[in-house]
Amino acid sequence: MVQKIDTLIESASQTAGPYVHIGLMPTYAGNGGSFETEVGTDPIAGKIEGEIIEIVGSVFDGTGWALRDVLIESWQCDANGLFPGQDGADPNFTGFCRFAADAETGEYTLRTVKPGSYTGRNGVESAPHISLWIVSRGINIGLNTRIYFSDCDNSGDPLLGRIEQRPRVDTLIARKTDDGRYRFDIRLQGEGETVFLDI
Amino acid sequence: MPDHGRLIPRDRTVHPAPRDPEYKTSVTRSPNLPLLSMESSPSEETGPTFGHGLLGKLDNNLILNFSQGAAPALGERILMHGRVLDQDGRAVPNTLVEIWQANAGGRYRHKKDTYFAPLDPNFGGCGRTITDENGYYEFMTIRPGAYPWPNRGNDWRPMHIHASVFGHSFGQRLITQMYFEGDPLIDHCPIAATIKDRASLDRLVAPLDFSKSRPLDYLAYKFDIVLRGRRQTMFENKLEGM
Repeated sequence: MVQKIDTLIESASQTAGPYVHIGLMPTYAGNGGSFETEVGTDPIAGKIEGEIIEIVGSVFDGTGWALRDVLIESWQCDANGLFPGQDGADPNFTGFCRFAADAETGEYTLRTVKPGSYTGRNGVESAPHISLWIVSRGINIGLNTRIYFSDCDNSGDPLLGRIEQRPRVDTLIARKTDDGRYRFDIRLQGEGETVFLDI
Repeated sequence: MPDHGRLIPRDRTVHPAPRDPEYKTSVTRSPNLPLLSMESSPSEETGPTFGHGLLGKLDNNLILNFSQGAAPALGERILMHGRVLDQDGRAVPNTLVEIWQANAGGRYRHKKDTYFAPLDPNFGGCGRTITDENGYYEFMTIRPGAYPWPNRGNDWRPMHIHASVFGHSFGQRLITQMYFEGDPLIDHCPIAATIKDRASLDRLVAPLDFSKSRPLDYLAYKFDIVLRGRRQTMFENKLEGM
């Protein structure tokens, strides 16, 4: 009898369901006032360094219909490439935002600071990006992806470099539409399917 | 950058597959293509932190928080409690746990829920807390009712409480559901059945816990949540032989 590896097993994911906003965005669910301060309503908590940008988009299902009940969380570094909690990180930037698609139009808006690039392990520099986590009814385990920017040099990015089918790289790149404005649509399934990550 | 260690890759066999035709909405909301595997990077190894200053006094008491203590919610009073652990069995302290649920009749306080079971004027259905230094959390609430949903002809969700946990990195983020010991609807639920490994599903079923129940007041259910772990970094990026 060999020894037993006694690590625990991760709790299984379940869908967030259609009423996820009750718990995570009470005001959106129609229950404003449930909490005095809601979590993740604005990643910008005061005067911050860097360019404030708006990213607009939709999350489409396999039929091309925009999800009206999707909830997204974003996490990113500040304009200088530092994550909140790191020495020297912008004290007025939380790095975290929680937002939902509009119940009528299916469009979301993320207002945040444009992230800087950072140097990871082995000295490899990442192109500026924002990490996303997407949950909703019909999504059994949250989907991870990233937003990159069409006006940045993405050529040396280690994650984008791993995508074998080069046209799929475009699915992770937000298109600049105006000064400080970008469009980033997410396609869950089918033609133009967004690259999702198994981190 | 301080190195917190790489995340241990997820064992996706313990999780539901993205597409499960018995849960109809998943059919059009699941990627067709495989996920792109990658080692975790600082973007996933760091994550938001939340301080106790965020919390209001009644945030983890769903019996009283919607009425702000004026009148209690109707239903079977329960304590939902447990620990948040990682795969090495270590406590995950100071992490945000959020829950939401239907009321005792199975009705959600959400503009999109049209089930004719009535709303309870004293029940909102959301709560949150931050784990203590031992990874422990607790909520006072009422046991939610089962409710019907338009999936197959006659599908009913078992009694359940949704739970959302952060952990210490964005890559540990998890949303799951707690079920109740002995609920016969668990075996009929296509959402519970998206989890193919029975042991994995059973770990989401909270046992009745008399040790934490308070006589003449409330019953208790224990629900531990395990988040994925991270590797030690002792030997990474060091030259051979050093």
